[in-house]
Amino acid sequence: MEQGRTIPEGGLTLSSISAPRPAATPVVLPAAKAALWLVGTAVLALVAYYFIGVDQGAVSVFGKDMHIHEFVHDARHFLGFPCH
Amino acid sequence: MEKKLILRGLLAGAAAGLLAFLFARVFAEPQIGKAIDYESGRDAAQAALDKAAGLPAAGADPDLFSRTVQADVGIGAGMIVFGMAMGALFAVAYAVCLGRVGRLRARTLALLVAGGGFLGMYLVPFLKYPANPPAIGHEDTIRARSGLYLIMVLLSVAFLVAAAWLGRRLQPRFGNWNATLLAAGAFVVAIGAVMAILPPLGHLAYNKEHFGNHATETPLPLTDADGRIVYPGFPADVLFSFRCYSVAAQLLLWTAIGLVFAPLAERLLHPRTQAAAPGAAPLPV
Repeated sequence: MEQGRTIPEGGLTLSSISAPRPAATPVVLPAAKAALWLVGTAVLALVAYYFIGVDQGAVSVFGKDMHIHEFVHDARHFLGFPCH
Repeated sequence: MEKKLILRGLLAGAAAGLLAFLFARVFAEPQIGKAIDYESGRDAAQAALDKAAGLPAAGADPDLFSRTVQADVGIGAGMIVFGMAMGALFAVAYAVCLGRVGRLRARTLALLVAGGGFLGMYLVPFLKYPANPPAIGHEDTIRARSGLYLIMVLLSVAFLVAAAWLGRRLQPRFGNWNATLLAAGAFVVAIGAVMAILPPLGHLAYNKEHFGNHATETPLPLTDADGRIVYPGFPADVLFSFRCYSVAAQLLLWTAIGLVFAPLAERLLHPRTQAAAPGAAPLPV
């Protein structure tokens, strides 16, 4: 996804048969510029996903401590993660 | 723009997580309570059998949090943080999809991305490794079970992304309808092959060795030395209700993310529609 890429109008079958319309979602985020925020957000979200679902079970960053696991215990089961 | 989208994704996720928590508190907690009662009863029956056989008693795990805290606060914190994490991932996926997946209106795209999140992050992995209440799942297989579950999540999401890409590639040649069907078919075949290859949890080496050849880890009736049943297997109705509510809660969570985010994105991306002149070309679907 190079910077500022847009969908070429001519490549779409619909646009060749109908009158020109405003683009559906005109904003195409320039990947390079937005990358920092998007990647950072995704990483933080995955860290949260890990602590809710996995930590202090199969692998643990706090060793044998079980406080997070026990606290979110019911949510972990209910959200579909393997537990115990 | 990306910062605005992420903020709205977090908001939608927090609202969705709160809704899912209320649902869980009302519907799931009674089932979790029943499962824990079953587990305690079974442990007691097992302890009695062990005592009769002259085996040493197994030590109980200390309770770090009371059941009240787990059932009222812990599950709430878990659901809301999970909702916000999913809202953030949703916003990232939405930002990447903007303008790259065809002529879709902002709010339609929001629902489609939310649907993808529900399928990839939860429902497809659930079909292979469904959610289990407490009392189901052997402690010694947690490593393998977590690994297998996360492989399912990763491949479901990866194949969904690949299917969306494939659909875009096929669209000029086959048209929207057929390209969508072909991409969906390819997804089903690919993820189906993965499901066929990955082992059922009951077939893990540890389980086969200690519990025999069963498909799942769901506890069977407990028998004494003579083969008499001294404690029943896990109640089927509790298991069904728990799983049904688990699917419902995730459906609720992702629907809420999509429906809360959709109007916010619409206002952000189509600010002119409110003042559109009569006779102007209508927006795409």
